[in-house]
Amino acid sequence: MAECHPVAFRWVTQAKLRGAKVIHADPRFTRTTAMADIHAPIRAGTDIAFLGGLINYVINSERWNTDPFFKEYVVNYTNAATIINDDFKDTEDDDAAGVFSGLIEYTGDPLNGFVAQYDNTTWQYRRTAVGDQGRSGSTAQSGEQEVESGQPDAESQEVPSGPPFDPLVRALLPPPAETDPTLEHPRCVFQILKRHFSRYTPEMVAEVTGCPPETFIQVAETLLENSGADKTTAIVYALGWTQHTYGPQMIGAAAILQLLLGNIGRPGGGILALRGHATIQGSTDIPTLYHSIHGYMPAPSALKQHDTLTDYLKTETLPTGYWANTPKFMVSYLKSMYGDAATPENDFGYDWHPKISGDHSHMPMMVAMMEGKVKGMFAMGQNPAVGGQNARLQRKALAKLEWLVVKDNFETETAAFWYNSPEVKSGELRPEDIQTEVFLFPSAQVGEMDGSFTNTQRLVKWHHRAADPPGDCRSDVWFTYHLGKRLKALYADSDLPRDQGIKNLVWDYEPDEPPADSRIKDEPDVEKILKEINGYYTETGEHLKSFADLKDDGSTTCASWIYCGIFPEPGQNRAANREPDPPGTVGAHLNWGYAWPANRRILYNRASARPDGQPWSEAKKWIWWDEEQGQWTGYDVPDFAATKAPDTPADPNGIGLDAHSGTDPFIMKADGKGWLFAPTGMVDGPLPTHYEPAESPVRNPLYRQQTNPVLKRWDREDNRIIEPEDPEFPYVLTTYRLTEHHLSGVMSRWLPWLAELQPELFVELSPELASEKGINNLDWVRIRTPRGEIRAKALVTRRMRPMQVAGKTIHHVGLPWHWGYQGIVTGDVTNDLSALVGDPNVSIHEAKAFVCNVEKA
Amino acid sequence: MMAEPMGFFTDTTVCIGCKACEVACKEWNQLPAESGGANTLSGESYDNTRRLSGTTWRHVRFIEQFNEDRSQGRWLMMSDVCKHCVQAGCLEVCPTGAIIRTEFDTVVIQADVCNGCRACISACPFGVIDINPITGTAMKCTLCYDRMQAGMIPACAQACPTQSIQFGPISELRQRAEKRVRQLHEAGQTDAYIYGDESILGGLNSFYLLVDEPEVYGLPSNPQLPSRNLVPSATLSAAGAAAMGLLGLVSLRKRRMDRLAAERRAEREESAEPVEGGEEGDA
Repeated sequence: MAECHPVAFRWVTQAKLRGAKVIHADPRFTRTTAMADIHAPIRAGTDIAFLGGLINYVINSERWNTDPFFKEYVVNYTNAATIINDDFKDTEDDDAAGVFSGLIEYTGDPLNGFVAQYDNTTWQYRRTAVGDQGRSGSTAQSGEQEVESGQPDAESQEVPSGPPFDPLVRALLPPPAETDPTLEHPRCVFQILKRHFSRYTPEMVAEVTGCPPETFIQVAETLLENSGADKTTAIVYALGWTQHTYGPQMIGAAAILQLLLGNIGRPGGGILALRGHATIQGSTDIPTLYHSIHGYMPAPSALKQHDTLTDYLKTETLPTGYWANTPKFMVSYLKSMYGDAATPENDFGYDWHPKISGDHSHMPMMVAMMEGKVKGMFAMGQNPAVGGQNARLQRKALAKLEWLVVKDNFETETAAFWYNSPEVKSGELRPEDIQTEVFLFPSAQVGEMDGSFTNTQRLVKWHHRAADPPGDCRSDVWFTYHLGKRLKALYADSDLPRDQGIKNLVWDYEPDEPPADSRIKDEPDVEKILKEINGYYTETGEHLKSFADLKDDGSTTCASWIYCGIFPEPGQNRAANREPDPPGTVGAHLNWGYAWPANRRILYNRASARPDGQPWSEAKKWIWWDEEQGQWTGYDVPDFAATKAPDTPADPNGIGLDAHSGTDPFIMKADGKGWLFAPTGMVDGPLPTHYEPAESPVRNPLYRQQTNPVLKRWDREDNRIIEPEDPEFPYVLTTYRLTEHHLSGVMSRWLPWLAELQPELFVELSPELASEKGINNLDWVRIRTPRGEIRAKALVTRRMRPMQVAGKTIHHVGLPWHWGYQGIVTGDVTNDLSALVGDPNVSIHEAKAFVCNVEKA
Repeated sequence: MMAEPMGFFTDTTVCIGCKACEVACKEWNQLPAESGGANTLSGESYDNTRRLSGTTWRHVRFIEQFNEDRSQGRWLMMSDVCKHCVQAGCLEVCPTGAIIRTEFDTVVIQADVCNGCRACISACPFGVIDINPITGTAMKCTLCYDRMQAGMIPACAQACPTQSIQFGPISELRQRAEKRVRQLHEAGQTDAYIYGDESILGGLNSFYLLVDEPEVYGLPSNPQLPSRNLVPSATLSAAGAAAMGLLGLVSLRKRRMDRLAAERRAEREESAEPVEGGEEGDA
């Protein structure tokens, strides 16, 4: 975090100055470790073993079993007591086979990359399958796999149509799940969890991760000491957890740990995902992802039962929990797309909406491009020639395009691939043979446009234009808007059914008056875009104040329900609020920016109070029930029905939040509970399991199954993934970032003051490995993987260490990946070494662990 | 008119080595990057800046300390800068008066007065100053004198995300520093101490909290002013001159005595006997 989010790290420093303990788990000793109280060195890719070890330690510890806080939180707020299907088999079964019940062949489009899939019927709650909204991440739930998502058994159900859609939602109500609040039933979640992690002992953790058992126990004891009614612990992660073939399961393991420790929904607790770009949170909220539409609703898909709006709502609406309002979100969204042309008669234009037909994410897209199936590409602020996995393949794929548009600050490696890439320099590709027409559009900078950043804690902050961009440089908003205008003009006279969508697309963001203080008179009015995102009453144009006001009959228009309330009145852009709480007050700084949803700063904060509604402790009070006022109150906006008393029983016939009791904090989940066990929503298992990375020098010490049995991989001669323990590639290669540079270097290697700070690509290795290979500090080194080889200067350092894993010595080799062939400082492309292989839930690539060899060059 | 002494307290225990201070300083002062940015890898940990110079006025040091089995390990980071000494060697030797002490008790080289004579470069015990090759004059950190005069804080202190670099009145900073040292000692980090109290050159107006010997950070443990030798060497010179003078007087007198003795001897021999040759009379 200190390395990659130095400004956010100020908060960790401040916590440290007030006595907080900082623990850093990482294969390397980085600038973050320099600030940590405990360094837990773990082999790249073994985080689930480490976290599983912590889970096992915690639930068997004296403190967890005697301090009443933990059981009270877990029994009431998680699904620990829920009983699972009798036919469920865990990875421990069949002599530690390492797979769950339901593993079957994948029979879909091979371009989607799955090596197998799971039928999750046996993972469901006994008596009832409960759905999960395929929302924030799961690309696999967009139809590429035939897995349950949204409402299970949707196909067989008969439902009435709408609007109004409440009867449709009511028709989907399932019978309630069975539970055992004593947590003793052998098939309850808690017992299954306990058994699943029972072999994750400190000794096993040491064997798999290389972390000394004493250090592991020190971490576990520190976590236990700093959780409970009076103290909380926060877990913070970034790409060291996401960029694996089981990344989401790593995060899931942390979620289980934090739920068991009672740290979710409480101040100083939780799990913070450090997202990597200035507003990447915003770019998934109002998404540039193929599988989601605004507000984390699933994109309509040709592969699911999404033929009509009714079908879509039947499949994707959860009848219990807040997602029961999906019809209101979806209809309001369709109104924002097609405006007056969207009517109840034509299903609000649902038929015009594009439908996805597979995995359109980056990796399979580049494979399809390599096969000549993609005609053109817009690369706006993206540089796959350096940032893409198996970058050689990606650069060669670019040569298959008919046209390529690059919009960026400088002539990036992607824009220059056709004359300056290694493939051209070596003669493998010749510019005269490349048919791609490349357009380079210069970009405006952040200070040259109005707009917003949404950071990693869902906080939206406005930024104002300070100066005009020079020359032809324009913002992405300008570019996208004017491109859309010209495209609409081209289709204006078409009668084809497939063109009606773009014809009817609402697309008016012209400034009412050209800006007086800018020479760019046709910059779109971003406040009009914000108003559409916030939403308004369709008839009157009056701004909406809350997503509770959304309707399913077309009377409200709202592009993204989670942002509703950010712009409640003209002139009141809450993202531009800059009023912190006065120093010395305890609070959530509710007037500093705007956090979706509804300006709640901590999600699921009902859990910050006991089941009876009183705070767990004075030190950690956050929101609580005010009996006199009959409402929830406190420092934050309550993430709960405002006037629902703690002792409210669940309504067995209720939909939405009525189906939840006054002690169900997790309002987005169908059963209102935090999920220790995920019956649906994760396509590679209901529980995290230690697997080795797709490439590893070690055989899985825990199970017979080596790697994630349902990962994504594209088997090609130019994308070889090697077998485990291949002697030609004995070292673990891990890639990462440096403070001084940003991503593929476009924002940093072109700036002299940053370029000089880290001018050359280097490879980090321990003195032990260096002396074994006769490598001295600053020697040129060749690093090879099954995909290719690059050269870098050696930086020999004790911050890298040999580890004892499964009885042998394992070495890590580390490479930052910021360099390419354009800019003031250049270097080889680290991603020439990585592979197209990734996680099956969200199609994220594995960049943090594969195998390599090194030698003096 | 003297305003209150102002300066830096740098708590190196919260420095994360991000180098925002280096970049903020160059940006504010419009200093050029090394070779237009095309620098080379130093191989010294994450420090490619290497040293302070006429065009680099902030330099973050990285010191890796790991034992062989890795059971003990730490990575020290420290943002080096001009110390703005209360007794400043550079100011002492500057022949043109370019180097002045400001109303904030900081030390500033007036660029339009400096003639590039380089005396200050050797006078600084911290190796802070060097010639800016573009101007041909000596340059170093100004403690953002221009920003301070406008009521702003120095660029580096503003940029530092963890408030390792703290700016303010020296008296307040000293109190804060003492409190922090006490806090660290109570938490078991007994090797924390302040470098730059009055015992060093009268006090450093950019002082540090360190956790190891100064030499580990590239700092001298006992820096001295150039004028440290003035009194002893002047005294020695005077004593030497006096000794030489005395020796000279003694030698002159001896010569005169010898000559007089020789003359008397010659007179006695002349009046005693007739001379045979006359060799002795030959002169």
